[in-house]
Amino acid sequence: MSTTSDSLVSSVSFADVYALARHYRFQWEEAQQCYVLLFPEGMVKLNGGAGEVLKRIDGEKNVGEIFAELETAFPGVPDLKSDVIAMIELALEKAWIEKRG
Amino acid sequence: MATSIQNNGVAASKTNTQPLWLLAEVTYRCPLHCAFCYNPTDYDKHTQNELSTEQWLGALRDARKLGALQLGISGGEPLLRDDIEDIVGEAGQLGYYSNLITSGVGLTEKRIAEFKRGGLDHIQLSMHDITEEINNFITNTRTFELKKKVAAMIKGHGYPMVLNVVIHRYNIGHIKEILEMAEALGADYVELANTQYYGWSLVNRSQLMPTKEQIDQAEAITNEFRKKIGNKMKIYFVVPDYFSDRPKKCMNGWGEVFMIVTANGDVLPCHSARVLPNMQFPNLKENGLKWVWEDSPAFNKYRGDSWLKEPCRTCPEKEKDLGGCRCQAFLLTGDAESADPVCSLSPNHHVITAAIDNAKKPFFQEQPIIFRNDKNSRKIIDGELKDRVADFHALP
Ligand code: SF4
Ligand code: SF4
Repeated sequence: MSTTSDSLVSSVSFADVYALARHYRFQWEEAQQCYVLLFPEGMVKLNGGAGEVLKRIDGEKNVGEIFAELETAFPGVPDLKSDVIAMIELALEKAWIEKRG
Repeated sequence: MATSIQNNGVAASKTNTQPLWLLAEVTYRCPLHCAFCYNPTDYDKHTQNELSTEQWLGALRDARKLGALQLGISGGEPLLRDDIEDIVGEAGQLGYYSNLITSGVGLTEKRIAEFKRGGLDHIQLSMHDITEEINNFITNTRTFELKKKVAAMIKGHGYPMVLNVVIHRYNIGHIKEILEMAEALGADYVELANTQYYGWSLVNRSQLMPTKEQIDQAEAITNEFRKKIGNKMKIYFVVPDYFSDRPKKCMNGWGEVFMIVTANGDVLPCHSARVLPNMQFPNLKENGLKWVWEDSPAFNKYRGDSWLKEPCRTCPEKEKDLGGCRCQAFLLTGDAESADPVCSLSPNHHVITAAIDNAKKPFFQEQPIIFRNDKNSRKIIDGELKDRVADFHALP
C-alpha cells in the first residue's frame, strides 16, 4: 500500500465524499445473495454491512449523510459509526474507492 | 468483512462452490507461436470442431444461472473468431464482468467500439518485452509495433489498461524497463507472470527457466517500483512455484471457483486438466453445465480434500494448498494423486531440483525452442519429438 492512502485512512471525516474507483463495478448478485465488487484481476464478495455502506458511496453523498441514512435504515445497531468508518478505511486502503471532495 | 478472490491464486472464499469464474477458451487458433504458451501441445486436434455462436451464448446463460460473474474470453487468439461481438453483447446483458484476453492481433477501431457498446469491461493485452527483437523472437512473429498501437487504442477507448507479461529467461533481466514501458503506456494493472510449466512451456522448460537469483532480483526491482508508483499502477508479481517450497493452491481448489469451457465444448476445472489419465471430461454439447459443475465425476474427483494421499492427507498445511496442482503432479511424477512435487515434503521433490539444475546446463539450454504452431503440434501428436518430451508423462 502506498503511503498516500495511509495518510488518507487516518483522516476519514464526515465531510468527505467518496466514489467507487474507476473501472470498478458494484452489483447485487442473486445467486450469492450478496453485493459484489468487480474489477480487473479480481472480485470481492461483501457481507451485509459492507455492502450497505458501499452501496451508498456514490460520489455525491458525504460520509455524514451516508451514516445518517444507515442509522435510519438500521436503528439501534451498536457501534454503527465506528463500523462505517472502518469500512470506508478498508475500502480506501484497498483502493476500491477514491476521494472526491 | 470481505473475502477476496484473485485469479493468481492468492486467496479464495472457502465455502463457495459456485463457478464464479468462467473462462471461455473460444479457439485454439492463434497467429502467434509463443514458446511459453500453456495451451495443450496437441491443440491441433481441437481446432476443427469449435462451438457455434449459439452454443457459446447458451453456455454464458447457463453459467450465469449457476453464479458465474467473471468472464474471461481467451484462446488461442479469441479475435480470430468473428462473433466475439455477439459473445460480448450477451455477457453485457447477463451482467458479467467481462474481460478479453488478447495478443492484440485483430483488434481494430471498429471492433473495439463494438465491444465497448456491448459492455466489455476490460481488455488484457499480452506484452513481451521492451525490445522488438525479443518480442518477435519469443512469439515467433513480428508483432512488436502492433502491440504498442493496440495499447494506445485500448486506452483511447477508456478501458483500463491491463498488461500481462509472461516472464522467462529472455526478458527477466528487463523487468525495470518493462515496468517503465507499462507506465509510459498508461497501464493501470501489470501482471508479471513467471512462466508456469504446462503445455508448450513444459516442452521448452530448460530454454525458458531463469535462475533463482534472477527471480529474486526481479522481485526486488518490482517491489521498489511498486513503492514509487503507489496505487496508480497495480503490479502483480506471480511467483513461480518451482522456486518456492510449497505448491500453489491450484485454481483455488478443484471445482471451487473456476470453470473452463474449451473451443470444442469440453468443460474443465483447470486449463490443462485434459492431460490427466483415465478421466472423461464432460462436453457441453452433451451435458448441461449445472450437472457438469455439481454432479459430474470429473468435477468431483479432486474436490475438497478427502481424496488426498500421504504425505498430504495428514499434513497440517493441507487446507492451504490441497496438495497443489494435479496436472503438475501427473506430468512430473506419473501419479495424478501424489503431492505436487514442488512441495519440499513430496518424495518426488528431486524432479523439481533436477529441472532447475538442468536449466543451467548448456547442453539443455542450447536445444532449439519448439515453437507453438500447427506443424509442431501435429509432430507431437504423431509421436515425433519423443526424446524431448520423454520426461513428461502426459505427452504422447
Ligand atoms: S501464449 Fe502466445 S501462442 Fe499461446 S495463445 Fe497466447 S498468444 Fe497465442
Ligand atoms: S505435503 Fe501436501 S498438503 Fe502438505 S504442504 Fe506439501 S503439498 Fe501441501
